[in-house]
Amino acid sequence: MLDLSKYQSIGAALKDAVEVFAGEVCLIEADRERENHRLTYRQFRDQAMPVAKALQDKGFAANGRAAIIMTNQSKWLIAAYAIFYSGGVLVPLDYKLTADEQWQLLKHSNASVLITEYPIWRQLSGAPGRAEATALQTVFVTEAPPNADLAGALRWEAIDSAGDSVTHSVTHSVTHSVNSAAPEFRVRTRKDTATIVYSSGTGGRPKGCMMTHENYLEQCVALTSLYPFAPGMRYLSILPTNHAIDFMVGFFGPFICGAAVVHLRTLRPEYVREAFPKYKITYVSLVPLVLKNLQKGLQARFDALGPGKRKIFNALVAINKMLTKSRPRLGLSRRLLKQVHEAFGGELRAIIVGGAFTEPQTLQFFCDLGIPVANGYGLTEAGTAITVNDLKPFRADTVGKPLPGMEVRILNPDAQGIGEVSVRSKTVMSGYLNEPELTAEAIVDGWLMTGDLGRFDATGHLQLFGRKKNMIVTEEGKNIYPEDVESVFESLPVKEFCVFAANYIWPARTMVGEQLILVLHLEPGQTLTNELLQEITARNNRLLNYKRIRGLVLVDEDFPRTASMKIKRNALAERLSKLDRSRAIVEV
Amino acid sequence: MRTVEQTTQEVLDLAARHFQVAQGSLAPDDDFFKKLGINSLQALELLSRLENHFGIELPDYEVQGVSDFRTLASRIQSRL
Repeated sequence: MLDLSKYQSIGAALKDAVEVFAGEVCLIEADRERENHRLTYRQFRDQAMPVAKALQDKGFAANGRAAIIMTNQSKWLIAAYAIFYSGGVLVPLDYKLTADEQWQLLKHSNASVLITEYPIWRQLSGAPGRAEATALQTVFVTEAPPNADLAGALRWEAIDSAGDSVTHSVTHSVTHSVNSAAPEFRVRTRKDTATIVYSSGTGGRPKGCMMTHENYLEQCVALTSLYPFAPGMRYLSILPTNHAIDFMVGFFGPFICGAAVVHLRTLRPEYVREAFPKYKITYVSLVPLVLKNLQKGLQARFDALGPGKRKIFNALVAINKMLTKSRPRLGLSRRLLKQVHEAFGGELRAIIVGGAFTEPQTLQFFCDLGIPVANGYGLTEAGTAITVNDLKPFRADTVGKPLPGMEVRILNPDAQGIGEVSVRSKTVMSGYLNEPELTAEAIVDGWLMTGDLGRFDATGHLQLFGRKKNMIVTEEGKNIYPEDVESVFESLPVKEFCVFAANYIWPARTMVGEQLILVLHLEPGQTLTNELLQEITARNNRLLNYKRIRGLVLVDEDFPRTASMKIKRNALAERLSKLDRSRAIVEV
Repeated sequence: MRTVEQTTQEVLDLAARHFQVAQGSLAPDDDFFKKLGINSLQALELLSRLENHFGIELPDYEVQGVSDFRTLASRIQSRL
């Protein structure tokens, strides 16, 4: 592993990593049963340098912003390397957002470059938001069919080894770069912005977390001290790489240690399952939903065992539990429960789970099988992870202890010691892009207010008990803020409406089963007709599945408003809290 | 060659069988997440079943953001 204390930036560390580990396997990309390619660090560098050159030839300057919208694949990391090499600020965007949402964030980020895949660009280029993203000058598109209309974009595959790029659009003239020298490596400092990562705000006020190079360098040191990478290890990248976890443990972390990253172009469960033994995976990061699916699959196999085998299996699990009570003993567990571990390739060291709360029984299930699950707690604003289970011993009922370098405190604890979790560390973002007010609310005297409620137990493990903030997190790790979905209900034929997280109104000491609700105040004499319900349903269906409201609450009083007629959400929530939750919510 | 209507009907029938709901209880414009109460992983499982049935490969990006049977059937139809 490189000594990151010597580095000022992600770009500088990656530049050295590709030299130090030149002969090691760096990336493997598979599509179903086919392996697309396998690159060493040297080959990775050889593919990335022309991209850096092409970016620079297109006028991409130090501190310029470049967005990536791609599924998990090799070119994501090649593009990111080229951006950091060029001293740029990376804007990683979620490929699962709608085209309108992506344009909104492209506009907000002021990105001058976009690197994306053809199917995504096909959607984006036809969407109206394009005209508003005026800063966007250059678009590189990967994997476009030979005769596709690229709508002004440049073909990634046409970047030749000297970094020259050629447009293939029918509507644009052919452009050749004239400078064939090597790209320039541009120095950045630790305090410079490395990325702008959107934690929310596609429908309201975008929250673009400005993460510094220091944020990543420090987080990487902390995480690899608990879960180290080394040459020969393989990380299976399933979570979207724009997600803070995958960016760290599916790119920066393994790269500075010379490990390999495996990408799958399809996330069908059967191919994901096959990838573990096929590529001898060492680590994988999953959201709780996928982990639970794995649990379900394994449980079905165990349930199918005959009575005799089942008895033996249960006995082996009991022995494993006893012998691994204080810490994981991978070698022992792999021998005791050979078939289970072989299904995961026999090399798996830990499953990292994050993005949302994981139910303790799911964590315990894997722990009992001798498969460590590194659950933790974090948020983009804090630089990925704040706490991680160190497994010594494994505590399924907690989200672990603070990582090295993290100061965590509980604000205004109640009688049970539960209060808002706040964090101070070198991994906390510098602020929200163009949002000084939001930044001042989020970071107070150097402490990041997480909006999550928790307490420390006697052994220093953090336990979470719900949220103070008006938002939900789905099992798929998606953060949804009510303000972001309200726009779809605009001009609904009612007097007024407002969206809330149900647990925000009726605080529940739980991290699961969260839902969004639509609060309606009808016009005098108006009733909730089938027609109105159909209208609400139709609008709700315009939202991606995980963003939809799940219930309605009808009120008959005017919403409290400010002098400028903005809804006083907190006052409204307080008023609603007087209602009986189970009777007030009408399921939709 | 199937018509898009035939493809849609086969998608509906297969989804009903896979998720064990009554044949005929699903309609082309139904939101399959909501109607079947499934999550994104279960939707991916359905896609694999559909691929086998129609003998095609349907890349993940083709079904990104799709949540109703009619659109799903049209994506399948374009690859038949």
